[in-house]
Amino acid sequence: MNTIPMSYYLVLSAVMFTLGAIGVIIRRNPLVMFMSLELMFNAANLTFVAFSNAFGNANGQIFVFFVMVVAAAEVAVGLALIVAIFRTRHSIDIDLMNTLKN
Amino acid sequence: MSLSDLLILLPQAFLLVWASLLLLVDLFISKERKVITAILGAAGLAITLGLTSGQWGSRATGFNQMVVVDNFSVFLSGLFTLAGLVAIVIAYDNMRRTGIHKTEFYSLLLFSVAGMMLMSAAADLIIVFLALELLSIPLYILAGLAVPRAGSAEGAIKYFLLGAFASGFVLYGTALIFGATQGTSLAGIMASIQSGTAELPLLVIGAALLLVGFSFKVAAVPFHMWTPDVYQGAPSPVTGFMSIGAKAAGFAALIRVFSLAFPSLAGQFAPIFAVLAGLTMVVGNVAAVSQVSIKRMLAYSSIAHAGYILMALVPLADPSVAANSTASALTYLVVYGITTLGAWAVISAVENADGGDTSVRDLSGLARQHPWLAAAMTFFMLSFTGIPPLAGFWGKFYLFRTAIEGGYTTLAIIGLLSSLVSAWYYLRVIVMMYFRESEAGASRAPSIQIAAILLALAVLVLGLFPSGLFQLALQALANGVS
Repeated sequence: MNTIPMSYYLVLSAVMFTLGAIGVIIRRNPLVMFMSLELMFNAANLTFVAFSNAFGNANGQIFVFFVMVVAAAEVAVGLALIVAIFRTRHSIDIDLMNTLKN
Repeated sequence: MSLSDLLILLPQAFLLVWASLLLLVDLFISKERKVITAILGAAGLAITLGLTSGQWGSRATGFNQMVVVDNFSVFLSGLFTLAGLVAIVIAYDNMRRTGIHKTEFYSLLLFSVAGMMLMSAAADLIIVFLALELLSIPLYILAGLAVPRAGSAEGAIKYFLLGAFASGFVLYGTALIFGATQGTSLAGIMASIQSGTAELPLLVIGAALLLVGFSFKVAAVPFHMWTPDVYQGAPSPVTGFMSIGAKAAGFAALIRVFSLAFPSLAGQFAPIFAVLAGLTMVVGNVAAVSQVSIKRMLAYSSIAHAGYILMALVPLADPSVAANSTASALTYLVVYGITTLGAWAVISAVENADGGDTSVRDLSGLARQHPWLAAAMTFFMLSFTGIPPLAGFWGKFYLFRTAIEGGYTTLAIIGLLSSLVSAWYYLRVIVMMYFRESEAGASRAPSIQIAAILLALAVLVLGLFPSGLFQLALQALANGVS
């Protein structure tokens, strides 16, 4: 059944990870930055699953569940922070968050 | 999972259960009696400290070799619990005075300490990742605890975004290492490298990604941008805890992973560590000079101190120096932890009741109004600078000595010169406190004063008798790491 070469998975996950990392760096909306973070996490998940499949052991697939749980917890905290910020400033643009400086 | 597995993680498990119960119990404590929550939180940490120190001298692995309890983990767990205890003492007074007394603080702090302790006991990259998240997520919330105060939420979201970004790197690095060695346990990775079955390019990329992720956590240049904003925005007691807890946990992971799993890669990574250490020392110290806010100043100073500690990771490839250099890193973590907690205790006491930013100028004349606080702060600043006979001097002495023994004299000289630069901004604080006329107000709460004085005494005692701590750090490495 498995006819897709391993390298395809690796390249796809590397591309996803890079896109996610670039997204976090250049996008200014925290919500979009969250999505980019998820992209990075899921790139790692894809790598885990692909390798796990290739090695024929289930470890990597179990790790993906851990990662999903952690990502969900992280997003809960992040969204709560965004709501808190939106309440006080009515904007969540990262570039406007510059009150902290010398 | 068996009973012996649970016994190995008993301190961490106990602390997690205690923190969860504390969240519930807190609901039934009336608003005027919230001191009980603080005391219960401190009691939980004290019991955990007792449980974890009972494990000293033994070595055991559990949960299919995913966690390991050895002297290294006990040593660092002791540091984390003590830091948590001091943070609670500082926070109780400061948060009540600045009107942000939210009692979730205590539970979140306990969760974070549990994560740090798990980090020091991790023997598998997946546990490293889970521990990293367990310690970080409560810290994101703690940084935002002072909402709606302006900077707090801003600092928290910056911390969150960059922290999650760093976690992404750690996770992807872990995935690649899993691919390269067919496993994630540190012992398995080492065995796979030694038997030559590991896919080297994949492994090196994975290790490099891990290094990037941890460099964010310990705030090494060029991954330090978040530090000043977060340190300034977060409530001072939280910053004090973060400045030692998160940093020490990051170094715990770095030491474990790079000395246990990749000893054969240490030679290739030595130049990278050397560049990181040099950059971090120079940039941290130079940037701190021009800071007006004392919180930002200490943020850059914490970056610089991370640079000093990174120096200890450079000669890991040389087996004759590795033990000494790792021990000096542990010694420095303790010394830095005591000093930084003390400094943040004083800042927490001086902070305005509106929780606004504290500038170095706000300390002027402190010696007249609060001689004890000023005296303690003087000790901390001198120890940060590295002036004998205080603890900070010996911490740096051990680090520079092992760097020279490992053949990295240039690095030691960079460290020495950047310490000279740091004298300028540390001594400025002392000048402000003693030679400027002004009415610096500060909290008169005895708890915070006693904490500051005890920490100052610790700095002095460790400075007068430094070898005991270094021997303890060597013992911490004796039955596990290196």
